[in-house]
Amino acid sequence: MKPFAYQRADSIDDAISAIANHPGTAYLAGGTNLVDLMKLGVSRPRALVDISHLPLDHLTHRDGHTVIGALATNATVAADPVIRTDFPVLSESILAGASGQLRNSASTAGNLLQKTRCTYFQDVSKPCNKRAPGSGCPARTGAHRDLGILGVSTSCIATQPSDMAVALSVLDATVSLRSAAGERTVKLQDFYVAPGTTPHRETVLEHGELLTQVAFPALPAGATSRYRKVRDRWSYAFAVISVAAVVVLDAHGRIEQVRIAWGGVAPRPWRAYLAEAELRGRRPSPELFERTLRAELRHATPLPQNEFKVDLVKDVTTALLTDLAHPAEDRKVTR
Amino acid sequence: MKTDHTSEVTLRINGTEEKVLVDHRVTLLDLLRDRLGLTGTKKGCDHGQCGACTVLLNGRRANSCLKLAVAAEGATVVTIEGVADLTEGDGLHPLQEAFVANDAMQCGYCTPGQICSALGALAEADAGWPSHVTPDVTAGVKSASELGAEEIRERMSGNLCRCGAYHGIVAAITQVASGSNR
Repeated sequence: MKPFAYQRADSIDDAISAIANHPGTAYLAGGTNLVDLMKLGVSRPRALVDISHLPLDHLTHRDGHTVIGALATNATVAADPVIRTDFPVLSESILAGASGQLRNSASTAGNLLQKTRCTYFQDVSKPCNKRAPGSGCPARTGAHRDLGILGVSTSCIATQPSDMAVALSVLDATVSLRSAAGERTVKLQDFYVAPGTTPHRETVLEHGELLTQVAFPALPAGATSRYRKVRDRWSYAFAVISVAAVVVLDAHGRIEQVRIAWGGVAPRPWRAYLAEAELRGRRPSPELFERTLRAELRHATPLPQNEFKVDLVKDVTTALLTDLAHPAEDRKVTR
Repeated sequence: MKTDHTSEVTLRINGTEEKVLVDHRVTLLDLLRDRLGLTGTKKGCDHGQCGACTVLLNGRRANSCLKLAVAAEGATVVTIEGVADLTEGDGLHPLQEAFVANDAMQCGYCTPGQICSALGALAEADAGWPSHVTPDVTAGVKSASELGAEEIRERMSGNLCRCGAYHGIVAAITQVASGSNR
């Protein structure tokens, strides 16, 4: 690891000014991803500004909005009684990721900003357009079984690994970004940018801009929400694919609203907007779900080793939506 | 922007205040083992994947290999060397006794991390926190006393044991979780 300077920020403004005008510097919160990447030589900051003591660990439910501070730990968010009751998809997504130890340290903002686990990105002896722009991507012809099938580019097929981001995506979350110029609010869907020819640029965050909080509105009355994740082992593994969904049925049992997001398949949580629009107003059935999801997945660009993800994400989503769309009297959701 | 590569940190470790000058690259794990001689905490993968380095950091379990020592300024740390002092009396902690009684180890390398992690997991369950296998996340769990083997295995999945002593580890934790001697 390269030697680096360190300072603890006393205020949000202090933190932003310590980073903004200094290239090669980075914010440190829980450190569970950044410190690992520094050990691997992937991240080599000149200086760290420790923001972990800033007053950004709030978690409030007020006036129909939930607001989660950037430094609220993953464990705290997953255990929050209101999150568990009103937004089970969010608790479930967090509990399906990492380990108890990691969830105690990892922050909300750090979770959203964590880096891909593509093995080429993590191995500094290999080319990688995300880590070393222009050096190439060995994944297309190499090991890509765990990589993306939607929204990828010829430069990069890495996936965003966060489970929490997939759940926040169906909650229509926004993120607040603070800089010396002020604060802006960005939809989570617009926060992550398509890789194109510049996969090293992953979000709209400018250097020095600080993600201060995440917010989302209450779900409509009668909404059900769930997260389902497929892993290579039963616990403590990243998603092969995952699905977050929210379903609201009208009085006649038709789909009033449905939101679907996929993890493990794209450089961002992938909202299945085409399928959502197609399903609205229809009477739910496994056949309808399957047909609609297949249409959404026509845009997939899988490679030989990850072609299985197309059917896997379709089938798991069909099963999850079918569970959520059961008539209320016999609703029994299994995971 | 400061340019020093070292800082002085003060931590409370197993009840004793320690003041140390550290290179910023030093992790809490390396500080414990190499500077303070507390070699009970083990280095396994050094990447947060095996749990051998687990300690209680401000009362919660954490991977000490991913925590920079300088960022732990002011923290309270309990390592395996301090676990027995968490209970009254001169002997081992009940969980340590249970690990011995249930043959919950072979080589013993992962054991300090297993025990610190289990203490954290039991406290989390007592606080009502659900896990991935809790049938209803809304209801959560009432206390650690209702944890079955499936819950304990899930909650302990961040601790690997390459000898495969999991059967004894789950038995030891179940015994303590279901008892009142914590």
